[in-house]
Amino acid sequence: MRDALPLVWREIPERYNLIGSTCENCKQEFFPQRLICPNCRRKGNLVPKKMPDEGKIFSFTQVHSGAKGFENETPYTLAIVEMPNGVRVLGHIVDAQPEKIEIGTKVKAVFRRIFAEGEEGIIAYGFKFKVAD
Amino acid sequence: MRSVSVIGVGMSKFGERWDASFRQLVAEAGIMALKDSKIDGSAIQAVFGGCMASGRFLGQEHIGALIVDQLGLNPIASTRLEAACASGSVAFRSGIMAVASGMYDMVAVGGVEKMTEVSVEDAATALGGAGDQEWELFQGATFPALYALMARRHMKEYGTTEEQMALCAVKNHENGSKNPYAQYQNKITLETAMNSAVIASPLKLFDCSPISDGAAVAILCETSKAKKICEQPIEIIASAQASDTLALAQRKSLTELNATKVAAKQAFEQAKLKPKDIQTAEVHDCFTIAEIMAVEDLGFFEKGKAGKAIEAGETKLNSAISVNTSGGLKACGHPVGATGVKQIVEAVWQLRGQGGQRQANGVEHALTHNVGGSGATATVHIFKRA
Amino acid sequence: MVNGKVGIVGYGAYVPRYRITAEEIGKVWNKDGKRTGASLGVSEKAVAAWDEDSATIAVQASRTAIESGRINPNDIGAIFIGSESKPYAVKPTATIVAEACGCSGNLTAADFEFACKAGTAGIQACIGMVASGMIKVGLAVGSDTAQGRPNDALEFTAASGGAAMLIGEGEPLALINQTLSYTTDTPDFWRRQHAEFPTHAGRFTGEPAYFKHVSTASKRLMEKVGTTAKDYTHAVFHQPNGKFPVKVGMDLGFDKKQLEAGLVTPLIGNTYSGASMVGLAAVLDVAKEGDRIFVCSYGSGAGSDAFDITVTKYIEGKRAKTPVRRMIEDKEYVSYATYAKFRKKIKDLE
Repeated sequence: MRDALPLVWREIPERYNLIGSTCENCKQEFFPQRLICPNCRRKGNLVPKKMPDEGKIFSFTQVHSGAKGFENETPYTLAIVEMPNGVRVLGHIVDAQPEKIEIGTKVKAVFRRIFAEGEEGIIAYGFKFKVAD
Repeated sequence: MRSVSVIGVGMSKFGERWDASFRQLVAEAGIMALKDSKIDGSAIQAVFGGCMASGRFLGQEHIGALIVDQLGLNPIASTRLEAACASGSVAFRSGIMAVASGMYDMVAVGGVEKMTEVSVEDAATALGGAGDQEWELFQGATFPALYALMARRHMKEYGTTEEQMALCAVKNHENGSKNPYAQYQNKITLETAMNSAVIASPLKLFDCSPISDGAAVAILCETSKAKKICEQPIEIIASAQASDTLALAQRKSLTELNATKVAAKQAFEQAKLKPKDIQTAEVHDCFTIAEIMAVEDLGFFEKGKAGKAIEAGETKLNSAISVNTSGGLKACGHPVGATGVKQIVEAVWQLRGQGGQRQANGVEHALTHNVGGSGATATVHIFKRA
Repeated sequence: MVNGKVGIVGYGAYVPRYRITAEEIGKVWNKDGKRTGASLGVSEKAVAAWDEDSATIAVQASRTAIESGRINPNDIGAIFIGSESKPYAVKPTATIVAEACGCSGNLTAADFEFACKAGTAGIQACIGMVASGMIKVGLAVGSDTAQGRPNDALEFTAASGGAAMLIGEGEPLALINQTLSYTTDTPDFWRRQHAEFPTHAGRFTGEPAYFKHVSTASKRLMEKVGTTAKDYTHAVFHQPNGKFPVKVGMDLGFDKKQLEAGLVTPLIGNTYSGASMVGLAAVLDVAKEGDRIFVCSYGSGAGSDAFDITVTKYIEGKRAKTPVRRMIEDKEYVSYATYAKFRKKIKDLE
């Protein structure tokens, strides 16, 4: 799956800039993008919408046994971040000692490498989060 | 809709089955189930097989054809169903629907997974496909990490403790020690569980179900016919399935599985029963926190109270409710596609009084609960003696 | 005068959070790292995290520049990224930066390489394009995750960081009065294709290389615009270590006070393409209207780009939201082992 280059490319707007979608009918926002509004379905109309680039930690875990491709980064912190628009997104928390991370900690989006396909393959970039000043 | 009963069950020994291939596991469980049902294989009209990721684990797809071939049942129809770790129970539901509808009178349902042929890392990656590949696995989320995110919220919202989670594992190993089919038949102490390596905080090694090989098979028959050909048919009095968002982050709550709640509500309505009417339940404890959430979402305990109840021993064998008499996914093992059917095998044995040392007393109703991924699919089945 | 209108319309820098001290590096090689550090004028250096590279650094700096300068990303008509540590040898970093900054596709983009002055070369290219009317705003970035060969003197200084300058007209926070370069073929430092670490010519990197080019470009620029060192509030020179920029500055007639605000290498190391630009960003963080700033970069190989800059009244509204000094202070020390892991110096890591 890692070599799914078209996938990495297609999702650049979402991964680089947190472009999600919003339903023009019910105004609910979604990330990642959806094609059909689960509230309004055919009455809804989803258009791209940039998500806020900050939020609060809703839950977190320190991963000691890493996913394939992430094994050399352990331990790394993953969190579900809740943004002011209510949207929740899963991502890494970088640059902070684990003891500073709690439910409710304010974070902001940063641009980082997500993974690299060996020494010769593609590098996938995207959003991660760091503790806000 | 016609009533459907289970007339025969079988399962392979679960574990790291270096000795057995995928097809041998299928045959082991299939022969046992056919013997158990005392019918001739020629009476079976269709096969439904649950398997999650044979393509990733073995490079083998077309599992429906493989199963029917190995069971010597060609040329009848055979179909594979996939719903991650709920593949087995989803296949079982298809079998029920096929018989209930009147299309067939007798079908076989199998669940199978052979996970140890690849490295642990590759197995974990394959299992990651049960979540949202693009927005969870891609971001470095493992399955323990997803359940750890739920555990953290459960601890925050309800004061659930790491010890309470560990006690689920202790209890399930206790039950597993009495199950000759279980992967782990050793008892463990709370200290062992608490001191095990952190996998994804707060979850430790002993909070996690293992990587396993195994298969389980059940033979289904229309109930009135079942009563004629079988000494002790077990009637399926509820079969429900519900769904939720594929990605965990998009759920309204991280401390419950809404799919479980919805399926449980439907199942209890179908069975005209209440949670207190269930004596034994096989619930989906892929992680200890999953068992805590399951017994709450199924209605056995109030939301947020399961941790304390487990601490008080209320889920042990022959307590308020006997949870995971088989040893659960934790101790019996979790060959993902097989688990849903294995739970049904255990329910049938408990209702027939064939639970051996782990037999619960006075079992009138048994429940099984199977989850796919981090809760995007959940099924609930309830059984009684026909 | 360039044209009297073109200037810096936004700026931003990025310094990674992790640091390694000269002492810690010295320990690994049984050297008195403190003394080595003192002789180089660098006590510690910035280390990019495992998941940072010159592209992520460029994006962070550029986003700060765009936000602080309140620039519409769609107005950016050119992006030039200067780096000697590109994540891809072939495939532009500039396109990553363009996409991550929300720019439209209507722009030209390229990566520049000229050792430590590739970033300022990008500024000059943007000046030309803006002044000629080709583009409205240009983005020039100097960004590096510089690598020194283990146990080489460079290991004590080669650091990670970068800065971005948005070049345009109309309410610039600083006018670029003039720029001038001096370039010769002087092989004092290089990295061959496929070589992992750069090679340098030891003391040859000093007199015939750094000092000759920086002082020549600086003198010629001051001569051209008719200034002397005393006309400037601040001066920033390429800072491969803590000593060279001070020496060249003094030789040119500047005093330590003028060099103070823009001298960051002693605390973060040499950020290569980023070095003089991070220094400039640090100066802009504190500069006042009317301040005149002298900047001269240096790139091995070799050449220098000198700039004469005047801060305008628009500075107050466009200061970088994240000042360089705050990023320098916000730090966490790592061991050599962690540093070796982060920078993939352990074989088999990527």
